Amino acid sequence: MAEHVSDSAADVPTLSQLFLAFLAVSLSGFGGTLPWAYRMVVEKRRWMTASEFSEVFSLCQFLPGANVVNFSVVFGSRMRGVPGALVCFFGLVGPPFGIVLVLGALYARFGDVEALGRVLAGMAAAACGLIAATSAKLAEPLIRSRAFWGWGIVLAAIVAIGLVGWPLPWVLLGLAPLSIALAWWERR
Amino acid sequence: MKPGVLATLASHFLLLSLLAFGGANAVIPEIHRDAVVISRWMTDQQFADLFAISQASPGPNILIVTLVGYHVAGLAGALVTTAAMCGPTCVFVYFVGRVWNRFRYARWRIVVQAGLVPVSIGLIAAAAMVLARAADHNWVAVLITLGTAALAYATRIHPLWMFAGAGLLGLAGLV
Repeated sequence: MAEHVSDSAADVPTLSQLFLAFLAVSLSGFGGTLPWAYRMVVEKRRWMTASEFSEVFSLCQFLPGANVVNFSVVFGSRMRGVPGALVCFFGLVGPPFGIVLVLGALYARFGDVEALGRVLAGMAAAACGLIAATSAKLAEPLIRSRAFWGWGIVLAAIVAIGLVGWPLPWVLLGLAPLSIALAWWERR
Repeated sequence: MKPGVLATLASHFLLLSLLAFGGANAVIPEIHRDAVVISRWMTDQQFADLFAISQASPGPNILIVTLVGYHVAGLAGALVTTAAMCGPTCVFVYFVGRVWNRFRYARWRIVVQAGLVPVSIGLIAAAAMVLARAADHNWVAVLITLGTAALAYATRIHPLWMFAGAGLLGLAGLV
C-alpha cells in the first residue's frame, strides 16, 4: 500500500520537469506548438492519456486566447496547482519571448539593410502560405461534413475581414451568434 | 517611453485576446488593421516582415504580438502586449479548467463550440489574405505563397526549409 502511494507520487512531475518539458515543446515548435505538446505530454512522458489531452485541449479551444498557452496553464495546474501553471506558462512563453526580442532588436537595427529586406520579403510570402495551409487543414472536417451553413459562415468571415476589412469585434458580434444558432438548428 | 502608448497597447491587446477564438492567427487581421491602418505604427511591409520573423522563430504563434509591441515601444511595449494577450485569458482558463468537467458534455457547450469552429476557420483564412496583400507585391511572391501553402498542406516538410527556400529566392532579388 505504502509502495503504491510512493509510486503514484513519483508519477506527478516536479516543477522543474514541467518547466523543462514545456521549454522543449516551445523550442521545437515552429509554426505551431500543438503537435509537440501532444508528443511530450502524452507520448513521451505519459503524464496524460490521449483522451485526457483532448479533453483539456477542447477547453482551450473553446475559450479565447492562444490555444497552446491556455493548454500550458490548465495542464500545469492539474499537475501542480498554481505553481505548476506558472512554470508551464513561463517554460512555453519565456524563452521564445527572449528569442523574438533579440530578432526584433536586430530587425530594428538592420531592417533597412537592403539584402535583409529582400530575404524577409521572401519569408513573408512563405508565412502567408503557412497560414493558408493551416486554415485548409482546419477546414477539412467541415468540408467533409457537408454542413453547408458552416461553409457560409467561413465565407462570410473571409469576405467581412479579409476583403472588406471590417473591425473584428463587430464581425464576431454578428457572425458568432448566427453561427451558434445554425449549429443549434442543425442538432435540434 | 510615452505611458500613453503603453496604455493604448495594453487596452488594444487585452480586447484582442478576449476575441481570439481560434488562437492568435484568428486575430492577425485585427492586429494588422490596428497597427497599420488605424494607429499607423508601421507599414504594410514592416508588418509582413514581423509576421515572418514570428513564424520563423520557435514558440507559440502569439509572438507576433510581442514583436508588434517591441516595434512600437521597445522592451516595455513587448512586455505589455505579451502580458495583455496572455494574462487575462490564462487566469480565465485556469478557473474554468477547474469546473470544466461539469459542463464538458453539456449540450450548450457542444453547440457553442461547433458554432465557433467555422468562424475561426474563416478568420484564419482571412488572416492569410490580409498577410498576402501586405507581403505579395509581384507574381514570384504570389507563387511562393501558393507553393508554401501547397507544400505545408500536402507534405510534412519542416516549415524552416520553406522559409530558407523563400528567403533565398528573396535574396536573389526575385520577390
